[in-house]
Amino acid sequence: MAPVLELRGITKAFPGVLANDHIDLTLEEGEILALLGENGAGKTTLMNILYGLYQPDAGEIFVRGKKAEIHQPNDAIRLGIGMVHQHFMLVPVFTVTENVMLGVESMRYGVFLDRRKAAAKVREISEQYKLEVNPDDYIRDLPVGVQQRVEIIKVLYRKADILILDEPTAVLTPQEVEELFKIIRSLKEQGKSIIFITHKLKEVMAIADRITVLRQGRAVGTTTPAEATMERLAQMMVGREVELVVKKKEAKPGDVVLDVENLHVVDHRGNPAVRGVTFNVRAGEVLGVAGVQGNGQTELVRALTGLLRPEIGHIRINGVDVTHASPRAILEQGVAHVPEDRQKDGLILKYPVHDNLVLNTYYVPPFAKGLNLQFQKIYEAAAERAYEFDIRTPSIYVPVATLSGGNQQKTIVAREFSRPIRLLIASQPTRGLDVGSIEYIHQRIVQKRDEGCAVLLVSPELDEILALSDRIAVMYRGQFVAILPAAEATRQKLGLLMAGVTAAEAMSAEEAPAAVEENPAL
Amino acid sequence: MAVAAQNAELIIARRRHIGTGVFFLLVALLILAFFVRTTAPDLTTTFGLNPARLTTALRLPDLVLPSLPSLWFLTVVCAFLGGWQLAKGFRSTGWALGVVAFAFVAAFLIWAARGKSMNLVGMLSSSVLRAIPIALGAFCGILCERAAVINIAIEGMMLTGAFMAAWIGSITHSLWIGLLAAMLSSMFLAAILAVLSIKFKVDQIVSGTVINIFATGLTSYLSAKFLQVYQNLNNPDIFKPIPLPVLSRIPILGPVFFEHNVIVYITFLLLILIHVMLFYTRWGLRTRAVGEHPKAADTLGVNVFRTRYINVIMGGLVAGIGGAFFTIGSVGRFDEVMTAGKGFIGLAAMIFGKWTPFGAFGSSLIFGFADSLQTKLQILQVPIPSEFLLMAPYLVTMIVLAGVIGRAVPPAADGQPYEKQ
Amino acid sequence: MSEQKERALQNSQDTRAQALAKLLLRPARGSLLQAILLPVLAVFTALVIGALVIVFTDLQVLNLYKDFFSAPGKALAASWKAIASAYSALFKGSIGNPAEFAKAFSVLRETGDTAPLRQAFWPISESLVTSVPYIFAGLAVALGFQCGLFNIGAEGQIFIGALASVYVGYSIKGLPQYIHLPLAFFAGAAAAGLWAAVAGLLKAKTGAHEVINTIMMNYIAFLLSDWLLNGPMKRPGWSPISPAIQDSAWLPKFFPDPLRFHAGFFVALGIAAVVYWLLFKTTIGFEIRSVGANPDAARYAGISVTRNFILAMFLSGALAGMAGANEVLGVNHQLASAFSSGYGFDSIALALLGKSHPVGVVLAALLFGTLRSGATRMQSLAGVPIDIISILQALVIIFIAAPAIIRWLYRLRLEREVGETVFTRGWGQ
Repeated sequence: MAPVLELRGITKAFPGVLANDHIDLTLEEGEILALLGENGAGKTTLMNILYGLYQPDAGEIFVRGKKAEIHQPNDAIRLGIGMVHQHFMLVPVFTVTENVMLGVESMRYGVFLDRRKAAAKVREISEQYKLEVNPDDYIRDLPVGVQQRVEIIKVLYRKADILILDEPTAVLTPQEVEELFKIIRSLKEQGKSIIFITHKLKEVMAIADRITVLRQGRAVGTTTPAEATMERLAQMMVGREVELVVKKKEAKPGDVVLDVENLHVVDHRGNPAVRGVTFNVRAGEVLGVAGVQGNGQTELVRALTGLLRPEIGHIRINGVDVTHASPRAILEQGVAHVPEDRQKDGLILKYPVHDNLVLNTYYVPPFAKGLNLQFQKIYEAAAERAYEFDIRTPSIYVPVATLSGGNQQKTIVAREFSRPIRLLIASQPTRGLDVGSIEYIHQRIVQKRDEGCAVLLVSPELDEILALSDRIAVMYRGQFVAILPAAEATRQKLGLLMAGVTAAEAMSAEEAPAAVEENPAL
Repeated sequence: MAVAAQNAELIIARRRHIGTGVFFLLVALLILAFFVRTTAPDLTTTFGLNPARLTTALRLPDLVLPSLPSLWFLTVVCAFLGGWQLAKGFRSTGWALGVVAFAFVAAFLIWAARGKSMNLVGMLSSSVLRAIPIALGAFCGILCERAAVINIAIEGMMLTGAFMAAWIGSITHSLWIGLLAAMLSSMFLAAILAVLSIKFKVDQIVSGTVINIFATGLTSYLSAKFLQVYQNLNNPDIFKPIPLPVLSRIPILGPVFFEHNVIVYITFLLLILIHVMLFYTRWGLRTRAVGEHPKAADTLGVNVFRTRYINVIMGGLVAGIGGAFFTIGSVGRFDEVMTAGKGFIGLAAMIFGKWTPFGAFGSSLIFGFADSLQTKLQILQVPIPSEFLLMAPYLVTMIVLAGVIGRAVPPAADGQPYEKQ
Repeated sequence: MSEQKERALQNSQDTRAQALAKLLLRPARGSLLQAILLPVLAVFTALVIGALVIVFTDLQVLNLYKDFFSAPGKALAASWKAIASAYSALFKGSIGNPAEFAKAFSVLRETGDTAPLRQAFWPISESLVTSVPYIFAGLAVALGFQCGLFNIGAEGQIFIGALASVYVGYSIKGLPQYIHLPLAFFAGAAAAGLWAAVAGLLKAKTGAHEVINTIMMNYIAFLLSDWLLNGPMKRPGWSPISPAIQDSAWLPKFFPDPLRFHAGFFVALGIAAVVYWLLFKTTIGFEIRSVGANPDAARYAGISVTRNFILAMFLSGALAGMAGANEVLGVNHQLASAFSSGYGFDSIALALLGKSHPVGVVLAALLFGTLRSGATRMQSLAGVPIDIISILQALVIIFIAAPAIIRWLYRLRLEREVGETVFTRGWGQ
């Protein structure tokens, strides 16, 4: 019998990158195929081609043995292909039903939307596949785990039997991941064929029937969990031996650098986002803040860096009260900040590399004399930094927009680390980067810690938190529900805390074995 | 911990109350200082409740208020609301703000017409007329922005519509063909805007400005070349008021809303039509999805580009009707740059109305009221120079915009060109 | 052993030096031709379309097109005549009539009379005089663009500047010129700057978009000037005109009448140089441009977005105010009601054409000044309304903002530019 889906020689080039290079791929009926590859390997591009969002430059797609022409999502939907995107494709101000029916609306009298009929069908699907959702809830009120279920319902509503799940676990707690795996297995039992895209090795080992590995736009091999080891997979994925652990010495905490007391912050809509957080970070230690995204981490960091005005509470840096200080005053206290969205907040994309490297020091000597910028000095310093931090760029004069994500992040790190700093605030410093860049940035952070810098690391990636932190705080609904030494933290326990289970309950659940052994950074 | 957090949130909320409370008290103080103090005790204010023109509505007696006690009453209302807000705090300040704003306007009218008579219904009726082009502009804005295309070219579209309605209406001696010409020409400009914004991904503020400059230039050019030379080309009929049966007989409401010409009624129809279409039809669901999360719509097979083209061009149609109102709907003649910023005020009405047809219509009425107020006040010989009264609609627009923006949430993708890759 | 170490060190230093040198090597600049080609083609295409508008709104010519199939030559010849007469009037009105120059020189040689020569130079002088407010207003809009602000309020700011300048110009008496003139000039700049700063403040504090606010403030400025010129600032008599300014506030003229060319031209060039320095050579400009390019990143880097919005709007308004001051102190020497100039709106096209760069703005201003002063002549000689200029400007903006059209029309392969200024960030925040 022909495979349910077959890709032959798919090729797609973007300006400057060959995203897919003659990729072949088969998916058998009723199997779970893992598509493994690190960020930028071309997984998402490939799936977007399959779903009709991109057109391939070359190659053919066969669905159930028949050659398929997929020019737009409608074609894919008609062929029974459904996709759950990495960034949810849900309209926040719509209800579950409205999101699900969009594009295949049920109508009354041929003119009006029939929301009731659609809602009934949503309810039916959610019961059949054990996907608990309330059709009348608004998406913006739902936790991400439930939003993901809505995405899956959307696909099933369109009667898809080939499901593509793009990095579905990125935003979930370990427990939610377990839930998702149950759902995927039940989908498989009901005869659906599934492509599961990820860069996380242990997930692949846990759920896949077969694994195809992508590296730099090419399919480098196919294997099964039984035949493969994690080390082997990691090597296939990255193309070389990978250090699976960040090497670091015992922390030697010194004086308190950052001291936060009963901090309350509201978000831009005036809703409470940080609700009474108290903690401190000492010189020479890394405090990791774990938590599912959207639990107030963003607002906490923005308050600490002076971008949001706290309503109540105190922030002291080196003993100086900076609660209502300007961002610049805080920077000048020796605070470095690696923002979570580097392109939006960290860089001015159309500026050349050299200007980005002095973006917060352009006004002090030697870069400025009075009002006048000293360009020669800026160029020289920029070149030094680019060299020292291994920023791969043809010259310091090209717009930073033309650099790869990893090199853009290195530009930010270079800028922030070349000042004398005593506190580093890093939000998701490795989001979307390739393994090499991740390793490099992790090394640099540990190095700063060892030099006696206090580090506040905020990340929803538990692996990253566990790899780097000396102490770990868990943030849930604007509060720190626990702060524990890294030695006492397990994925299981952190996962429970992230889901809002109280500290005491989480401690008692500690005995339960962790799902899979940790593999930081991957 | 949870209790402490709740207390903290109360403190935060209380702090925000204080600002609003102080503002209410300030309004009370203003009424006291400017109106109460300058009003003699024995004066009365008379508000006419019947239109000055021939009407089918039932007659009502005039409303006669003792000026000073009424002003005192309004002062007390504002002061009380302010005090309550400071002491306890309203759960939602929206309605209190509305009452205070109303009290201030009422106080102003009572003061301005103290010892005289003012035709309130006449003024409200002319407010509706002045609100019509603003509302149609706002509807145009809603149609475009619900699909995430910012349209600041409404002004230019209306100007072109006004010109074409006058010109073609004069040539053909047909109001309806004039109206059609206005709609088509405005749709043509909308199509240019759509191509520039959607296909060429030009910054939408720039593409809108282009259309405005182009429309101003073209209408002034053609007007200088033809309309000013051949007067019979600029002499269209105008739509005559048609009282609606039954509805126009309702006192106050009848003359205010239902004794106007057909463009006014078209506006009412559009108000309901756009509301229903936006929230109860397939087109509306898709339009809003395209405006909020175009990528999501795209992945479900909704054609983002086509939706935007259709919406912008429909917006042009509506703006064209608004343009026609200036010429064949009221004065019956085209003058250069006669739209005088109404298109932009329409945008402000759209924002104030939170991108909903009914909200936009309501805010248009407020702007229309500010506009008609100044003519009435000139008649009443209020000791304020007429130029300052004429500034009222523009000032009100700025104040409203400053007060409301940030709280009114636009469609999430508003103004962003859609990139497929 | 130690020698080996030393050599290794030496090697690493060499590679380091090489790497640094490579990083510091400037890439070859894009050709100047390419930078100029697009604007030139944009203007050329606009003129071609303008010609079509002229033909198709000429009733006599249109009548001939009725018989196009029987006598196509007639229609085409008439079209050509209409275009030629319009554009030659445009040329004569802006640059001058070559024949007149020749005659004037021969008169000068024979009789020593300079009057005909002055007459011959009059169109150029007028073009330059018209360019001056364009330079100021164009710089105003361009500076706003650099900070990501779309100042459509230049027109109103010109009024405010003119009002303040004329007031200082006529009300203060007995000052020497070197004090009175700068005082009047900068009074206009300061008043307009403060006026515009309101829109900057509103944007920074409430997020209200400056496009709506500056337009509303235009209308308010017009009404304000109406009131002032009909009341407090009205000269004795019935017409709404201010008193004439003192001689000590005049911008110096260089030639006798009718040549109106005055020192404002050089002031404008000087200010353009200052704007260039400020924007590209100072920390102030760095901040303004950073906020314009990415306000979020600027805020993260410790740059105050609020302050820069207000500052940029102030500077933008001040430059527009200088345009008004220039008209009062250099050209009109008084202020009449409804002196509506249109410079403010034209300056948007101009700033886009000049790529928001002071040098580009000056060049574009010279072009627009020439076009406008020629168009006045075109109106009287060829009966083509001056509003044709607005149509041309709109077309120029379209072609500059959507270069794909020009690329497609002329089958060009031009490089795309990275990161254009974005004004559309929604209606708040």
